[in-house]
Amino acid sequence: MSLPSKDLMAAVAVTRFGLGARPGEIEAAKADPQGWLTAQVRRDGADLPQSDGESAAQRFAWMRDFQEQRRMERERKDGETPQNGVAFMDAQRQLRERVNGDFLARAQLGASTPASFRERWALFWANHFTVSSTKQITSVLIGPFEREAIRPHVFGRFEDLLVASSTHPAMLTYLDQAQSVGPGSMAVSRRRQGRGGLNENLAREILELHTVGVDAGYSQADVTDFARALTGFSIGRDAEDRAGQFVFRVNTHEPGARKILGKTYAEGGVDQGLAVLKTLAADQRTARHVSRKLARHFVSDTPPPALAARLEKRWMDTGGDLSAVAKALIESPEAWEPTPAKFKTPYEFTLSTWRLIGAEPSAYERIAPVLTGMGQRPFYAPSPKGWPEEAGAWASPDGLIKRMQWAQGMAAAAADRTDPNALALQALGARLTPPVAKAVSRAETRREAFALLVMSPEFQRR
Amino acid sequence: MNAPLNRRALLGLGISVSFLGTQAFAASEGDLAKKKLVVVICRGGMDGLSVSPPVGDPDYAALRGSIAMRPDQVLKLDDTFGLHPELKTVHALAQQGQARIAPAIASPDRARSHFEAQDVLETGAAGVYGAETGWLNRTLEALAPVRKVEGLSVGTTAPLILRGKVQAASWSPGKGVDETARLPTLLQDLYKTDPLLGPAFARGLETETMAQLAMTGMAAPTAPMAAPQPNRAGSEAARKLGSTLGGFMIQAGGPQIAAVSLDGFDTHAGQAGQIATRLSYMDAVLAGLHTGLGAEWKNTVVVVVTEFGRTARVNGTGGTDHGTGSTGLILGGALKRGGIVGDWPTLKQTALFENRDTAPTLDMRGLFKGVLADHMGVDRTILEKQVFPDSAGAKAMTGLV
Repeated sequence: MSLPSKDLMAAVAVTRFGLGARPGEIEAAKADPQGWLTAQVRRDGADLPQSDGESAAQRFAWMRDFQEQRRMERERKDGETPQNGVAFMDAQRQLRERVNGDFLARAQLGASTPASFRERWALFWANHFTVSSTKQITSVLIGPFEREAIRPHVFGRFEDLLVASSTHPAMLTYLDQAQSVGPGSMAVSRRRQGRGGLNENLAREILELHTVGVDAGYSQADVTDFARALTGFSIGRDAEDRAGQFVFRVNTHEPGARKILGKTYAEGGVDQGLAVLKTLAADQRTARHVSRKLARHFVSDTPPPALAARLEKRWMDTGGDLSAVAKALIESPEAWEPTPAKFKTPYEFTLSTWRLIGAEPSAYERIAPVLTGMGQRPFYAPSPKGWPEEAGAWASPDGLIKRMQWAQGMAAAAADRTDPNALALQALGARLTPPVAKAVSRAETRREAFALLVMSPEFQRR
Repeated sequence: MNAPLNRRALLGLGISVSFLGTQAFAASEGDLAKKKLVVVICRGGMDGLSVSPPVGDPDYAALRGSIAMRPDQVLKLDDTFGLHPELKTVHALAQQGQARIAPAIASPDRARSHFEAQDVLETGAAGVYGAETGWLNRTLEALAPVRKVEGLSVGTTAPLILRGKVQAASWSPGKGVDETARLPTLLQDLYKTDPLLGPAFARGLETETMAQLAMTGMAAPTAPMAAPQPNRAGSEAARKLGSTLGGFMIQAGGPQIAAVSLDGFDTHAGQAGQIATRLSYMDAVLAGLHTGLGAEWKNTVVVVVTEFGRTARVNGTGGTDHGTGSTGLILGGALKRGGIVGDWPTLKQTALFENRDTAPTLDMRGLFKGVLADHMGVDRTILEKQVFPDSAGAKAMTGLV
């Protein structure tokens, strides 16, 4: 399999591997398209969005206060001074502002970064280890989760990424791990009623989604024993040393040896759960499952098996070194097939439009309602599986109508200063097809030309 | 009794239909053209024991512990079952014989994985990756040579159940399309060789036109029904969503088959509050749909299903983990009065599936096949071969309409 021309490769590098062309970007990538990408791979991880910078621990403490206020608000009786009510409303507003600020900062980074392959790579892993605002306590932790657990590790070892994710307060709350208690633990045996017990949510999703995959052949017994191994993985309380951070609670840990996917793990406190994570990270089924997912994300909903096989081999050869896997993707000829096959998600679609005009969303309200309308509400993935990957889910009749309405709005705001024909070349480079070039050049107004370009089959795909 | 049942009954007696003449046949096709089916998918694994708490089952209270409901908390259905207190509309319909529960229903999948089980529910296959298209889409495909039936999903993303060869519509609330603009026409031209965007965009434009009519409320006055006003936040939007869907379905050429997704049912912790909110929302959608369909409610069957149920026992965190059997709801003016659909396996320890979950006694494909055959008039052979291949073990649940 041979590689296409440098011109085509530059367009593919910027629009498929990256998040869409900013002005002049395709031109700049032409000299060495693969080198343009490789230069974005860096050991110390992805860029950090410029938000308020609060840590998960700070957010968690703040959330505790908020919940306390809410409790007081609910208990407040009529006739009492409404001061609490005002404070509570204010706290609710602050909660929203924190979450919205995190999302806006990420969107601004995505719209403006010159290293948009690095950003796409980070977004892939954030979606692989989905945490979502469907749980309120988790919503304020999503920004910190990406900054603390995901972005530093995306070009490191998969094992480190898995451990960071599985021990972060965002994941521990989202998948209910923080409250899971071993039925035979000291905490339960001390209480007569035996309050508390196992919650297997995180254990199951680590197996099914984060590591070996649903077809790996594990059983309910594997899930339950893994859940037992993970008991004790929790979050520090206010008065404790590690408030709002990962703690291991010996007294809620289920004692005893565990057997998961045929391997026995001796009792070892926190090390027992960590040992399972390390074994799962090194498992070939994990390499295969995640390599397939990478190929599906970057190249096609039905990627050539040879591509996933290359990634899997590099993964296994390097012990899950994600820098090496990223480079294997860049080196794979299958990834450079010039026909755009992937239909952009709403987030990718809107970001690439901002990149096209060299701008970024200036306020949360400029991006959130439109994403919600297109079916991708900010930080609100519908399930632990994350956002759908396949075109069939996003290219719905209603989705296309919503995209068109947004394209018209962007055209009204941005198109009057542009040269439509130049913009089309700048957006798609050698991927621009004659029918789209013709439609753009024949448009009656700049706005119409802009909307046609953004809504063209090529621009909506990558 | 409707015409297709007549025809089948006669066939069963060995009497040829031909003597009925073309007029009778035409009438039956005319009736079928009015029939409507709505499938509501509750995503996340809906806890059947909360939807229809079996408060009369002797093992229920002990298994459920802190989340068990008392008999006086539920809306009573019979000596064994009640409905969750938020399901007021469903209960009012049940009292009129227009809603029934299937308390131990499941897909053929047993992996307790959301994503695998939802795939199986939506593809109608015997196992995961058994089919790439949705069974509602294959229904549209199968009916196409007989009569054109349109499908619609509510929401911006297209659910797998309606994905396939036939371009179904999708709709969600929005600001509408300026029909005087040139852009839609130019885009249709640009998409004309695009197999994905072309049909989807054309359908989107048609649906927008229809939505204007659907939202102005063309429904005839509804038969009086004691549907109390839901009082939770979001219930007005839910009602509006349901009534707009009804508004779509009563239009000439409107969709006869629709799919709605509700999510947020994955209640691993602190379940009681979460499920009350979700069921309140569902009840409001169903109330709105009932209102929006107006007189056409009598031609409608609504099926509410989830990918799997949850553990019979409460877990350590006031919630439940992934299980197997759950409760399905069957509603509609076309429904026959009756008790529970399928058998109740009880919650005896020996009856639990893997000593853990409500044991499934009804394969949901059997329910779907029965409704498609009896209500929508889909040919039995086509059902078995095309719509639900490899489902011989799931006997069609007939006689519901």
